[in-house]
Amino acid sequence: MTAWERFADSFLNARVAAEYLPKIVDGFRLTVVLALLIVVSGLAAGLLLALVRSLGVRPLNWLIIFVVDLFRALPPLVVIVLLFFGLPAAGMQLSGFASTWLALSLVLMAFAEEIFWAGITSVPKGQWEAARSTGLTFVQTLRFVVLPQAIRLTIPPLTNRTIAITKGTALASVVAVQEILGAAHAGVSFSFNPTPLTLGALAYLVLFIPVVVFGRWVETRFAWRR
Amino acid sequence: MSWEDFALAFLNLEIMREASPILVQGLVQTILLSLLVVPLGLVGGTVLALLSTVRHPLVRWPLMAWVDTFRALPPLVLLVFIYAGMPFAGLELPAWGAVAIGFFLNTGAYYGEILRAGIESVPRGQMEAARSTGLTRGQAMAYVVMPQAVRNVLPDLISNTLEVVKLTSIASVVALPELLFQARQAQSVTYNASPLVAAAVVYFVLLWPVVRLLSRLENRQLAGRG
Amino acid sequence: MTSRPIVEARGVHKHFGTLHVLKGVDLVVAERELVFVIGPSGSGKSTLLRCLNRLEEPSAGSIVVDGIDLLDRRTDINKARRRIGMVFQGFNLYPHMTALGNVTLALRKVLGLPRAEAEARGRVALERVHLSDRADHYPSQLSGGQQQRVAIARAIALEPRVMLFDEPTSALDPELVGGVLAVMRELREDGMTMVVVSHEMGFARAAADRVLFMDDGLVVEEGTPEQIFGAPRHERTRAFISQIERH
Repeated sequence: MTAWERFADSFLNARVAAEYLPKIVDGFRLTVVLALLIVVSGLAAGLLLALVRSLGVRPLNWLIIFVVDLFRALPPLVVIVLLFFGLPAAGMQLSGFASTWLALSLVLMAFAEEIFWAGITSVPKGQWEAARSTGLTFVQTLRFVVLPQAIRLTIPPLTNRTIAITKGTALASVVAVQEILGAAHAGVSFSFNPTPLTLGALAYLVLFIPVVVFGRWVETRFAWRR
Repeated sequence: MSWEDFALAFLNLEIMREASPILVQGLVQTILLSLLVVPLGLVGGTVLALLSTVRHPLVRWPLMAWVDTFRALPPLVLLVFIYAGMPFAGLELPAWGAVAIGFFLNTGAYYGEILRAGIESVPRGQMEAARSTGLTRGQAMAYVVMPQAVRNVLPDLISNTLEVVKLTSIASVVALPELLFQARQAQSVTYNASPLVAAAVVYFVLLWPVVRLLSRLENRQLAGRG
Repeated sequence: MTSRPIVEARGVHKHFGTLHVLKGVDLVVAERELVFVIGPSGSGKSTLLRCLNRLEEPSAGSIVVDGIDLLDRRTDINKARRRIGMVFQGFNLYPHMTALGNVTLALRKVLGLPRAEAEARGRVALERVHLSDRADHYPSQLSGGQQQRVAIARAIALEPRVMLFDEPTSALDPELVGGVLAVMRELREDGMTMVVVSHEMGFARAAADRVLFMDDGLVVEEGTPEQIFGAPRHERTRAFISQIERH
């Protein structure tokens, strides 16, 4: 056997691949579902917090800033572990899937709030005043004047951050979720062959390379003129 | 659940005090780990960014594929692949080695993208003026272009460094005894979530000033571009 | 003129892809001579200037500056560039360095002078452009005219044999042009060899030895300022000059 054949036999073993591919495909589905749920709930919660913050209620804003800072400072894995291993002590048991979803949603919420808020404050005060002077309500001004300008500005950083956080779905393997990495890692232990990990890595590339390329495109498409 | 019960399960000072020696050990490891992987990533990123100034297609396309691959692979997947997969190729790596390689590949790609954007933000005339006075390409890069590039993307560099430090928590997965790993150990020994809470507090106290600083820098940056 | 020319460019061609920007240009500049190059935008005059220190790579031709063949592979271009100062339309000062820092960078890194010596020479150069009192200012704290004078100091500090000026005043507000032109005139009086691409006709009339009119990648006509501005022989030259003078 040449070195390459030996390498291929362990890392790209056809028999092992055939055996574990269905598991990886299942993991792939789970990863996609988890990622989509995180994106939806994280972005929605972030936008909601930014909107509440724009009301300008002092104590409420301090609370929002604290929560945002908290989830920007904590490593996502620490939050996941805390939810999964810590909550049972309070008599609450979240599944690994739910823990990961909640933790990463909170993290994305924090980053998204920060970005949305920066976008909102970047719209000059004159825009608010002009809109309100024509009789638009607070909500109408936000909806038709401020948000459209703010969102355009926030899309590139938001896209990159969202991509980075959804990649965190791999952390779910730590709390025994059979998403791609979990399924792949389990496959290695059962088969004593690293091919499932190769498949897993390929699955992530299939999933995220288009996303990364999309992020690159968004960055140039919405590039700020410096 | 009463407040007392909650405090006993999550904020048990007695247990925190007992766990504190190994938590401190973990913190030291986390700091050492950060001091290893941040410079490593910066070196890798600088090399990638400098290579990206070469327009030749034989450099350009492989470079882009490299960067996008390692931005698409979740860092934990990379780490597990190196740590659990490489032994099958006859490469038995200690946890530190696997973490160093994984972080070098992953964070190098991110730092590389940031520094590339920085270099591109420096007007061409700067390089030309420097070359016209007889500076070599390398000298012009080192003394004229890079200092400006770094300054232009400083918030992004700090932000990425924050993410890298947070990311060191995934080293717990390969049993490197950093902060999260030690907290998990303590939690499983004491059947109490307080060590995890203590670890989270340590992370927060350590990183919160950076988050505050970034929040200011980013707001200013976004507002300045409206 | 009997002395050896400082600049001797022969048959210079430059292609940008399919675009033929220079179509065989000759330019010979004698020691202490001030040659002025005019022409419509896109005529290739800036490209010619940038070929003279090889910021642009000529596609064909030969360029010899102060006896050094710039296109010879064995020539150390960085060494050669010390003898060729360049001033840019957009100043291109290093924004992260003070005026003195801008002037001394090449003195220290190219000539290898120790810091103290470099700074002494840098201060002399700043004095020559009347900005000794601005040595510690950053470019953002200086007016456009002052920035351009610092850029001139950066070039002359290396004691070049020839200075190239690429539209040095066209990015300046009108009231700041005079200061830069005054410095250029003093340089000339000190005997500096200069090639100037510019639209400042008044300055050309007063200071130039020779004026070249370029159009469409070729030198159409050359002569003394009196000839070119007073009695241009070519139709294109005449059209260009009357257009300039209307402004």
